Amino acid sequence: MAILSLAIKSLLNRRFTASLVLISIALSVALLLGVERLRVESRNSFANTISGTDLIVGARSGSINLLLYSVFRIGDATNNISWKSYRHFANNKMVKWSIPISLGDSHRGYRVMGTSEDYFRYYRYSKHRQLEFLKGKPFEQVYQAVLGHEVAEKLGYSVGQEIIIAHGAGKTSFSMHKDKPFTVSGILAATGTPLDRTVHVSLQGIEAIHKGWIQGRKVPGLNISAERASRSDLTPNSITAFMLGLKSRIATFGLQREINEYPGEPLQAILPGITLQQLWDMMAVAENALLMVTGLVVLIGLVGMLTVMLAGLNERRREMAILRSVGARPMHILLLITGESLLLCLLGIAAGLVLLYTGLFITQPYIETLWGLYLSIGLPTEREWGLMGLIGLTGLVVGLVPGYRAYRYSLADGMSIRI
Amino acid sequence: MTETAISVNDLRYRWRKGHADVLDIPSWKVAKGEHIFIRGASGSGKSTLLALLAGVLLPQQGDIQILDKYVNRLSASQRDHFRADHIGFVFQLFNLIPYLSVIENVILPCRFSRFRKSKVNACGRSLEQEAIRLLNHLDMAGDKLLHRPVTELSVGQQQRVATARALIGSPEIVIADEPTSALDSEMREAFIELLFQECRESGSTLLFVSHDRQLESLFRHHIPLEELNRLEQETA
Ligand SMILES: Nc1ncnc2c1ncn2[C@@H]1O[C@H](COP(=O)(O)OP(=O)(O)OP(=O)(O)O)[C@@H](O)[C@H]1O
Ligand SMILES: [Mg+2]
Repeated sequence: MAILSLAIKSLLNRRFTASLVLISIALSVALLLGVERLRVESRNSFANTISGTDLIVGARSGSINLLLYSVFRIGDATNNISWKSYRHFANNKMVKWSIPISLGDSHRGYRVMGTSEDYFRYYRYSKHRQLEFLKGKPFEQVYQAVLGHEVAEKLGYSVGQEIIIAHGAGKTSFSMHKDKPFTVSGILAATGTPLDRTVHVSLQGIEAIHKGWIQGRKVPGLNISAERASRSDLTPNSITAFMLGLKSRIATFGLQREINEYPGEPLQAILPGITLQQLWDMMAVAENALLMVTGLVVLIGLVGMLTVMLAGLNERRREMAILRSVGARPMHILLLITGESLLLCLLGIAAGLVLLYTGLFITQPYIETLWGLYLSIGLPTEREWGLMGLIGLTGLVVGLVPGYRAYRYSLADGMSIRI
Repeated sequence: MTETAISVNDLRYRWRKGHADVLDIPSWKVAKGEHIFIRGASGSGKSTLLALLAGVLLPQQGDIQILDKYVNRLSASQRDHFRADHIGFVFQLFNLIPYLSVIENVILPCRFSRFRKSKVNACGRSLEQEAIRLLNHLDMAGDKLLHRPVTELSVGQQQRVATARALIGSPEIVIADEPTSALDSEMREAFIELLFQECRESGSTLLFVSHDRQLESLFRHHIPLEELNRLEQETA
């Protein structure tokens, strides 16, 4: 079509300013789509971390806090719960399986989680997937550990290796359980969840390394050998939290109420799905704010385009008069000027997509190590297409402004050339 | 018998309501194939008259007949079509589209007029071939010239490209609004000779407008706008 080829040639003629406009639109589009990608991917990764667990129980605090520390290894528990309470509910007739969790120690920045063998049997992630061993097998003895995939990979550990566990979380913990090293018994396959960054040991192991410790401090002068510790009674007094799988989901709410009203100690039971939803609701405000800011950045890019198009319009009145003289209708002039804006905007969106995917490919490994967030690089989602469509539509509306102005000019000027 | 190309009757035009009339032409006829020189002082309304003939402006009163059409009775889009099909233009200065090549500028009218395009094709030539043929006639077909950006051409060269554009597809009417005012006197005469020759060849009626008396002698027919325009006579 004549007008389209005119628009393309006119843009090519002004390729310097046009490419500046294009770059600013492309950057803003890449930013918007990138933020949207991160939002969706982080939601997916959270949602994929736990599956098939009906209730999570911990000391009474915020439900989101409980979910975060028990499942995502984010933050810490405010209080422990007693072993007695755990056994009480683990033996409930509605309960099919239970997994105790004991947190608080670490290994070179990776969290150590005390649990039972049932963890490897019953824990499910990402739509009912079971944990798989890449190498080795679950821990069977007190001083054995199972490594998450990333722990083994990053630290270069293999089965049979000895590791020292540090007291407390964090990379630079000074108090080490040096006298009681653990042997790696197995390495888990990658799951793309915080599990990959966890060192799993038995509850007995956690208990054993804390023999001779009171209130989180080592008692000076009291040295209990690893050998002696493993032979003593290793039933823990307390754990951090536990997960429950029920025989029937119908029982969930009843048991939840029972746990919340447990007279023995203040407990709190949460449904992971519902609490995750609460977390999303809480995050939605921040997410929407972020999306709005990036949306505004796109708008600024488009306003930049508007400025450039409007500024160039006056010196193009001669061109419009010439076009009119060879038979172009005022409508053609409107289409030409608006088409140029739309073309710039669409090219900007396309370039933005290219930028986005380049950025994703480059940053994917860094994001994975930094935040443990695995970005899957797929085709744009429906929502992303929608966003791009919206940007294109906005570009069209913005382009109508100089287009309409040019239309008015060409009606007023006719063929007379004014500068 | 000579046919009329242009016929104006009882025409009145003013730019705005309440303002004085710019044009008031009781009657004026131009025969087909004539080359007419219209002279008038600056601001006398020459360009306004041409815009009325081209159907870009509409008269408040009277009729304008071009070929067999009353242009003032056509709709806006019909007038635009009519102009694209039947009228070629050359303007004063810089009347090329800066981002199109020489050839693209010449064939531009054919992009808006299927009629003119089909006229070219009827001669068995492509648009490019016809453009080069016309440029050749105007001494503009050198390879170096064809591929130069139009903004780098001299004023005289630009005017010749514009002439080729006005003539492509042999429009029945060619309108030139002070096309020579930027040329020196020698080039002026050469340019007008070229224009005559091309119009004769395609049988076009030529309306040439200028305030420059010196050019008058080159034309067989010339009319001062004052003669047509009743208003000018009154105020004169
Ligand atoms: N767009 C316009 N709006 C209002 N008045 C106009 C407009 N264009 C021209 N005029 C007025 O109409 C009158 C005739 O103008 P026109 O351009 O037709 O003169 P001209 O004979 O072509 O002059 P020149 O030789 O300088 O080109 C002038 O008085 C001018 O001020
Ligand atoms: Mg004029």
